Amino acid sequence: MVLAFKSDIAKYVALAAAVAELAVVLVAFSGFATNADVQYAFSMPWMPEWGISFSLGMDGISMMLVFLAAILMPSIILSAFNNEKKFPAVFYALMLLMQSGLMGVFLAQDGFLFYFFWEIALIPIYFLASIWGSERKIPVTTKFFIYTIFGSLFMLLSILYLYLHTGDTPSAAISDLYRAGRSLGHLEQTYVFLGLFAAFAIKMPLFPFHTWQPDTYTEAPTPATMLLSGIMLKMGVYGLIRWLLPVVPWAVNEWTPIIIVLSVIGIIYGSIIAIRQRDIKRLVAYSSFAHVGLMGAAIFSLEIEGLQGAIIQMVAHGINVVGLFHAVQIIRTRVGRTLDISDLGGITQSSPSLTVYFMLVLLGSVALPLTNGFPGEFLMLKGVFMYNPILGVVAGLTIILGAVYMLRLFQSTMFGPKTEATQNFAKLTFSEGMAFFPLASLVLLMGFFPNIFLSITEPAAKALLTDVVSAVSNSLTLKP
Amino acid sequence: MLSIVLLSFFGIVNLFLGFQKNKNILLPAAFIFTLIVFAANLVDFNQPIDVFGEFNTGMLTIDKITVGFTAIILVANLLVILLADKYILGKQSQPAEYFSILMLSTVGAIMMVSYDHLLILFLGVETLSIPMYVLAGAEKRNLRSNEAALKYFLMGAFATGFLLFGVALVYGATGAFSLAGIKEACSAAEQSPLLILGLGFLLVGMLFKVSAAPFHFWTPDVYQGAPTLFTAFMSTVVKTAGFAAIYRLLSSGFGPIVPTWSIALAVIAVVTLLIGNLIAITQTSFKRTMAYSSISHAGYMLIAIVAMNGFSQEAILYYSAAYTFATIAAFAVQHVVEQHHERDDFEIFHGVGKTNPFLALVGTVAMLSLAGIPLTGGFIGKLMVFTSAYQSGFGWLLIVAVLMSTVSMYYYLRLPIAMLLKKTVTEEKISVSPGASIVLWICLIGTVVLGLFPNLFTSLF
Repeated sequence: MVLAFKSDIAKYVALAAAVAELAVVLVAFSGFATNADVQYAFSMPWMPEWGISFSLGMDGISMMLVFLAAILMPSIILSAFNNEKKFPAVFYALMLLMQSGLMGVFLAQDGFLFYFFWEIALIPIYFLASIWGSERKIPVTTKFFIYTIFGSLFMLLSILYLYLHTGDTPSAAISDLYRAGRSLGHLEQTYVFLGLFAAFAIKMPLFPFHTWQPDTYTEAPTPATMLLSGIMLKMGVYGLIRWLLPVVPWAVNEWTPIIIVLSVIGIIYGSIIAIRQRDIKRLVAYSSFAHVGLMGAAIFSLEIEGLQGAIIQMVAHGINVVGLFHAVQIIRTRVGRTLDISDLGGITQSSPSLTVYFMLVLLGSVALPLTNGFPGEFLMLKGVFMYNPILGVVAGLTIILGAVYMLRLFQSTMFGPKTEATQNFAKLTFSEGMAFFPLASLVLLMGFFPNIFLSITEPAAKALLTDVVSAVSNSLTLKP
Repeated sequence: MLSIVLLSFFGIVNLFLGFQKNKNILLPAAFIFTLIVFAANLVDFNQPIDVFGEFNTGMLTIDKITVGFTAIILVANLLVILLADKYILGKQSQPAEYFSILMLSTVGAIMMVSYDHLLILFLGVETLSIPMYVLAGAEKRNLRSNEAALKYFLMGAFATGFLLFGVALVYGATGAFSLAGIKEACSAAEQSPLLILGLGFLLVGMLFKVSAAPFHFWTPDVYQGAPTLFTAFMSTVVKTAGFAAIYRLLSSGFGPIVPTWSIALAVIAVVTLLIGNLIAITQTSFKRTMAYSSISHAGYMLIAIVAMNGFSQEAILYYSAAYTFATIAAFAVQHVVEQHHERDDFEIFHGVGKTNPFLALVGTVAMLSLAGIPLTGGFIGKLMVFTSAYQSGFGWLLIVAVLMSTVSMYYYLRLPIAMLLKKTVTEEKISVSPGASIVLWICLIGTVVLGLFPNLFTSLF
């Protein structure tokens, strides 16, 4: 965490911090053993009488997400370099603060610590979006804040409920909370489930809790949007995996059909609206919403392919969406104002490098084989298909629809004749190119060698899933 | 006990200090006196000193919890004194009186948290309230202030009437004024209607003081009309003392007959939460918003009282501490900005983020704490209240509490939005007196420490 520094050097300090963090994470990544254990654990009692400890640790799944957050931060910070901001020191400080909150969420092994970091991540993003946002920022960010808090508070009640059911000496450690959840009766499991689900569904967002998302993503300054869609959204998905599925198995089993249907609706709905979008930033926002629906459906399919797909897609989607928003940002700032898709064109003539980068992340987003999106989408669709073939096919439409809006976006902005707005499109600056470079490389790396990543998450994902599946079947034999 | 004696003494000394020419020593004197009493209070923590010796008739008890509540009250007193400087010295013709009134009022509050005898409760309530009526009307030439004082006085006197009547009825039913005696009477098999009625009147009187619905109607006008400084005192000291007193009453005195009053209080808590939060949304004045916010916090604290288990007292203590820091910070910000602009709607806060970033930071943290966001003391306080409610099976109350917390975000966010996101017309920096700065720092640090390290305090009790 970095405190406010003097304005001109602030961004470099922030970048240095982000890179340092990435270095640490890469070391951890390379030293990671491919088994299901929680590694690099750190635990310190925080409120011992209440059984709450400051305990962190990561297994394969957390490792991937920590990796994602670490690798995206430098790019996100770099993307903000060129734009004039007021109070830059505070801006970068808030971004780094947010990163800490996000890391904490992925690493927390204690229920209250998880909630703590969850809310801590919300505060910087609220200020980032509201102070540096565009015209409609006040009503939009207020709605965002209240909607999210609504979900989070119900999550708090669920966690509290579990905590108080962990036995005579309550403890908030994750394994104890799992045990508590599974010991609950059917009705109680449903309550806890709904509370937890509310928070995650709103955060991701899943249909129909998504109404805050398009506005907030569009009005927020693009680095904030990158944080939101690149990493914060994964908090919700991670929450489903780590804090919902293993906790209340009976309720999960009961509600799976509804949730999968809602997710699939979200995919189609989001994609269709994305096709209709004329504002390029809003288009990418809706595409993000569509992709997240597939992740939700895949997780609830309770198949290992679905889960692995969702995890790797989290990383891939994070990379792609940050790249997409970066491209969108570059176009918007060059052109000077928010423009309709039809008013743009011919950018490739002025900036071939932008074209290449944009195309790479876009193809990743469309899930072309050999890009990072492909393993994820393929595995997820397999998972949903195994749950229900019809839903699998409907969900598979996302690939087609995704191609439609993405390629249309690309074609109308990049190709064709230059328009009045794109007459003087400057080339990419060094920092902008640098922001793109790691993202684009990962698109290809993950596309060609997905196993590097899949093998890390596989043991943990398998362990979690077998645990969940057996808990589900156990709970079905129990009385209500 | 030591604190009560010392504080009364110093209060009177302060009054006499007003006779001499140099007005500048009044604030430091008041501050030092209160600090001495604070230290004396802490001395009482492990081994209460029996000041009265053979005169002690057991009407007061001092134990760790009492010392805790007294500490919170004294801190509030200290902070308000620090904030006062220019205000009291500048405007008032007899400044020493105001410092003394603050201190003597606090004596009443301390009596309210450590009583063992209903008459001491009554004495404490009166000693706390009557000076507050005076303080509410401190701006003699301001119509609003006069209105506030009159309303507070009339409603308060009415409430005290109820209180006294309740005491009389309880005495009639149990033959005892002391809490121990009442407890014995309650443990008996049959409860006479007289006792229940007496308890009802007692509660009505007390609930008036802490502005629980439906006895809250005086709060917005009084909080808005009174000078901000004294509103800060009102909303923290009176509430803390009031809830400590209610808890004592219900746990020590009427403990055995819990089921009788818990549902009624639960309903009151729900109504209070609803009214406090929903009406706060429509307010255009920050002080009035804070008034309704204090009503809603009364609702949360009532939940802890309704729960009435071993954890509740700690929860109320912690909640009061967090609430005190946050509220005083908020009113301090209001006070500083108000002095500059001489108005009290939200517009005076526009652009403060740019001219006085520290002020904006403290204001924002205060609002976050009142809203119950993690990292602040307010969150831990709410957590403790929620936990105690769950443990006593009042989970349904929590659904209301959580929904209302969500609603409250809307009006708590108004201050940060006004300070950070809205533009100001002028660019002049608002001058913050050193006293006010110290207060802001203490509240900020207090809120964050309470939010991150609850262990430091809960392990004491």
